[in-house]
Amino acid sequence: MITDGIIYGINKNMITVEFGGDIRQNEVAHVIIGDQRLKSEVVRIRENLADLQVFEDTRGLKKGDKVEFSGELLTVQLGPGLLGQLFDGLQNPLHKLAEQYGQFLKRGKAVAALSAEQLWRFSPAVKPGAVVRAGEALGTVPEAIFEHQIMVPFNFTGIYEVAEIADGAEYRVNDKIAVLRDDKGNLRPLSMNFFWPVRKAVNIYQERLSPVEPLISQIRIIDTMFPVAKGGTFCIPGPFGAGKTVLQQLTSRNAQVDIVIIAACGERAGEVVETIRQFPRITDPLTGRSLMERTMIVGNTSSMPVAARESSVYTAVTMAEYYRQMGLDVLLLADSTSRWAQAMRERSGRLEEIPGEEAFPAYLESIIASFYERAGLVRLRDGRTGSVTIGGTVSPAGGNFDEPVTQATLKVVGAFHGLSRERSDARHYPAIDPLTSWSRYQSFIGSEQREMIIKLLSRANEIEQMMKVVGEEGTSITDFIIYLKGLFFDGVYLQQNGFDPVDGATSKERQSHVFELLEKIIGGYFAFDNKDEARAFFQKLRLSFLSLNSAVWDSDDFSRYENQVAGLIRESCQQEEDAINITNRQAFMEQDFDSTFIRARSTRTLKDGIPLHHDDDYRGEDADDLQ
Amino acid sequence: MRTIYNKIRWVSGNVIMVQAEGVGFGELAMVAVPGGSSLAEVIKIEDNRIFLQVFGGSSGISTGSEIQFLGHGLKVAFSENLLGRIFNGIGEPRDKGPRFTDNLIEITGEPVNPAKRVIPHKMIHTDIPMIDLFNSLVESQKISIFTSAGEPYNALLSRVALQAQVDIILLGGMGVRFDDYLFLKNALEEGGALTRSILFIHTAAEPVAECLMVPDLCLTVAEAFALEGKNVLVLLTDMTNFCDALKEVAISMEQVPANRGYPGDLYSQLAARYEKAVDFEEAGSVTILSVTTMPGNDVTHPVPDNTGYITEGQYYLNNGRIEPFGSLSRLKQLVNKDSREDHRAIMDGMVHLYADYQETLEKKAMGFRMSAWDNKLLDYGTAFERGLLDLRVNIPLAAALDRSWQILSACFEPQETGLSSELIDKFWPGDDEKSKIDQDRA
Ligand SMILES: Nc1ncnc2c1ncn2[C@@H]1O[C@H](COP(=O)(O)OP(=O)(O)O)[C@@H](O)[C@H]1O
Ligand SMILES: [Mg+2]
Repeated sequence: MITDGIIYGINKNMITVEFGGDIRQNEVAHVIIGDQRLKSEVVRIRENLADLQVFEDTRGLKKGDKVEFSGELLTVQLGPGLLGQLFDGLQNPLHKLAEQYGQFLKRGKAVAALSAEQLWRFSPAVKPGAVVRAGEALGTVPEAIFEHQIMVPFNFTGIYEVAEIADGAEYRVNDKIAVLRDDKGNLRPLSMNFFWPVRKAVNIYQERLSPVEPLISQIRIIDTMFPVAKGGTFCIPGPFGAGKTVLQQLTSRNAQVDIVIIAACGERAGEVVETIRQFPRITDPLTGRSLMERTMIVGNTSSMPVAARESSVYTAVTMAEYYRQMGLDVLLLADSTSRWAQAMRERSGRLEEIPGEEAFPAYLESIIASFYERAGLVRLRDGRTGSVTIGGTVSPAGGNFDEPVTQATLKVVGAFHGLSRERSDARHYPAIDPLTSWSRYQSFIGSEQREMIIKLLSRANEIEQMMKVVGEEGTSITDFIIYLKGLFFDGVYLQQNGFDPVDGATSKERQSHVFELLEKIIGGYFAFDNKDEARAFFQKLRLSFLSLNSAVWDSDDFSRYENQVAGLIRESCQQEEDAINITNRQAFMEQDFDSTFIRARSTRTLKDGIPLHHDDDYRGEDADDLQ
Repeated sequence: MRTIYNKIRWVSGNVIMVQAEGVGFGELAMVAVPGGSSLAEVIKIEDNRIFLQVFGGSSGISTGSEIQFLGHGLKVAFSENLLGRIFNGIGEPRDKGPRFTDNLIEITGEPVNPAKRVIPHKMIHTDIPMIDLFNSLVESQKISIFTSAGEPYNALLSRVALQAQVDIILLGGMGVRFDDYLFLKNALEEGGALTRSILFIHTAAEPVAECLMVPDLCLTVAEAFALEGKNVLVLLTDMTNFCDALKEVAISMEQVPANRGYPGDLYSQLAARYEKAVDFEEAGSVTILSVTTMPGNDVTHPVPDNTGYITEGQYYLNNGRIEPFGSLSRLKQLVNKDSREDHRAIMDGMVHLYADYQETLEKKAMGFRMSAWDNKLLDYGTAFERGLLDLRVNIPLAAALDRSWQILSACFEPQETGLSSELIDKFWPGDDEKSKIDQDRA
């Protein structure tokens, strides 16, 4: 029986409803206003009054307006045809809304996520009599470049026997394609789609594995220095304009995964437009198909209803889990998780809950943690693996990382790509600060090489700071060269011109190749007579290297510039010893390395409570270096 | 005739509460205040307790004051007749022209479907090199001037408005000083633009809450014109006053503040307005250029901070000039690839060198010996400031690019600029051009 209620109070998008009968926490209800039905969700129940967040504008609602409870939780539709689409936070396909209702998002208008008309060619994968469980494939349909598995709905508990299965032919998503028999002999007809509650993680896999395989983003500073693993998590905090969105756009384009889901959460609509207009015209070099075919966007941008912003990240992650269940690697990029947190804050404020820091609700941390926990590399029941990787941007108030959302996120993610205002002001893109960022995951270069670079950069930074006090003349030539090396490595490797067709994406192969070249320079011993000579050399080297960076991999230009660089090194570099030893000797001869290293990494933003993930791994090796 | 209520039970700040039936959320009402009446808006309903934000302020309101609900939300008249007209913050004529009552459109706040937007692609030329060359303004962009009291931000606004090739200008004033209002009005008039402008001006002398509707009025009218195919430029000054009015309401409603007294939904409130900037697929566009004064010149203050997260960039107006650092047009890459092939490289290269110059200045201030390189940078910095940074410089983009090459060639050897050899081969000025700038410098 469906329960009814009437509106008792309205506070922006939060309404209080008087109801009789039974209702559930988080169930969906609709406010009836004229011929409009405004979707809403129960968020609190107190005696005969329920508080509901309304996913639409509440203008014109009155006391006494009717509310219909549905008995169902907030769900998304899962089935073939999700790829390539742009949805709002409640999974309404925005292109279809535009076709039907025009320029504006009219309130109360909803359209099913999957087309009811489209035909899909079904190939059965099981025969009558087969035994199946939730999440196992009954057959496949081709969707973009994938064999989209038509699975037993995830909420089917227990074991079923296939009673009927459709032939290889074309069907619509709602057509019957199979009938299952449960252990009591009841028959359950199935179509190619089903619904799943967004706030519930899908966990019908064999086991969760620890993420080890690097997820190649083709962004050098990430892949080499602060890598992300398939099934892992990472966050990108940074002040406005530091480059969070551009970084995610580049990643969504170039990351080597099967599927990318972009959750544009409470940010600019224009950024979504860039993606939906450009992706269809970009060919994915990995598949030769349009990038849009592997992409889905959940766009609940900043002027769209705030409550739907709160749910949009769950809509996105649920769809990610669905494709993971087919054995695919899915990358979910959420921009920005702070807007999601703010939507929770608005809701909490209207519920007059006791506020925590900066008025965020006290449960903020646990909600952030459980969201990132939905990432993971899993082994499915048929032995294959699939992964959901989650990367979220954070938009800290005032650009200060010492605020609740950044802090709560840092506690749970596996990699931290902190953007710095100084770097973005200096147009050093991507503005990931190499001295504060970290990653727990394995890079394709060894950890001692990663450590060597960090050492070089922090030492160069120290020298730079020192030079501001003592001037160039008070700096030894040895130190000056270390400083130039740091600057050089940063300029030609960590920095990357995202808008350059070649430099914008660097394959793993190319990264290893170029990195080897750079090791020679970093490890090389240069005897310059004076600082001007040193500076001039590195300026020249830098120019050649930048040309190398914009030369197509494996092209004649590439070899030409590579030879040019090699020539320059040969001319000026006296010895090419083992890179690591040399750097250590040069950089740390007079320094207590341990203190330099730790200080550089802990002084900036790493605050209490945030694990210094590297240190344990590194400390053993540090000890060797010091000998 | 609608019921008149006269039982006000609660007055706090500019918010009052009255007991009434059948009232809709967001509905408007007229409240009798000493010497007239004031518009009010329903901001919360709890059973039959109706909370209203009184735009004229609550001062002098009696518990027996009469309230009449209008049965609809805020509306604004829309027609060509608005052009050349000046209204106050609640849409009443400020000039001597007639009041409009027909073709009223309701302010709904419906967002544009992202699927119906197009990628902005048209540069708005301002002839200010710090904008055109370094941070190009783009049609349908939303961007704010981050500045502080005393800076010539209104002069900059009107200069851009007059220079921009737009069909219609909407000027929204919030808490503007009366002489600033006259200045803006005169500037539009003298520039011959008043006849294609519509002004909604709330002055500092008027009740604070009356500024709350200014952005919605301007943007609703702008959107309606854009849907008719017009390119509209909306100027909003000063959004900090708008935010402060929001803060007052929130405090009257006893909301828990998120940050320095500002409500937690400040971001969403600002976004609802700024996101009205749009380039419609088959119609016109709305571009928003606003002013945000930063209290204490602090960019981390909640108002500029939230604004920066929403707008597509900001121009820092400081000491009478647009700062090259921090200023950012996020849409510039959409237009500067097609302007001239050296545009991007010059933009990056010049700023890199100017940053180096700043460092050298610091070193110099600390008394360090200047190297040959430092001296080159010092020359460069001076030339850059005089030739491009100065806000009085008024030259088209192509001239600004040419001037950049002249400055570079007068100060550096080609390879010191970090510019690619292809561009240097093509654009590096020959000796005759170089001597020209030497003459200029002399
Ligand atoms: N990798 C990059 N390469 C070049 N320019 C960049 C890069 N990242 C950011 N930018 C510049 O900075 C601007 C702001 O970046 P954006 O990602 O929108 O910032 P955020 O999302 O952190 O506010 C962009 O419009 C662009 O001009
Ligand atoms: Mg962003």
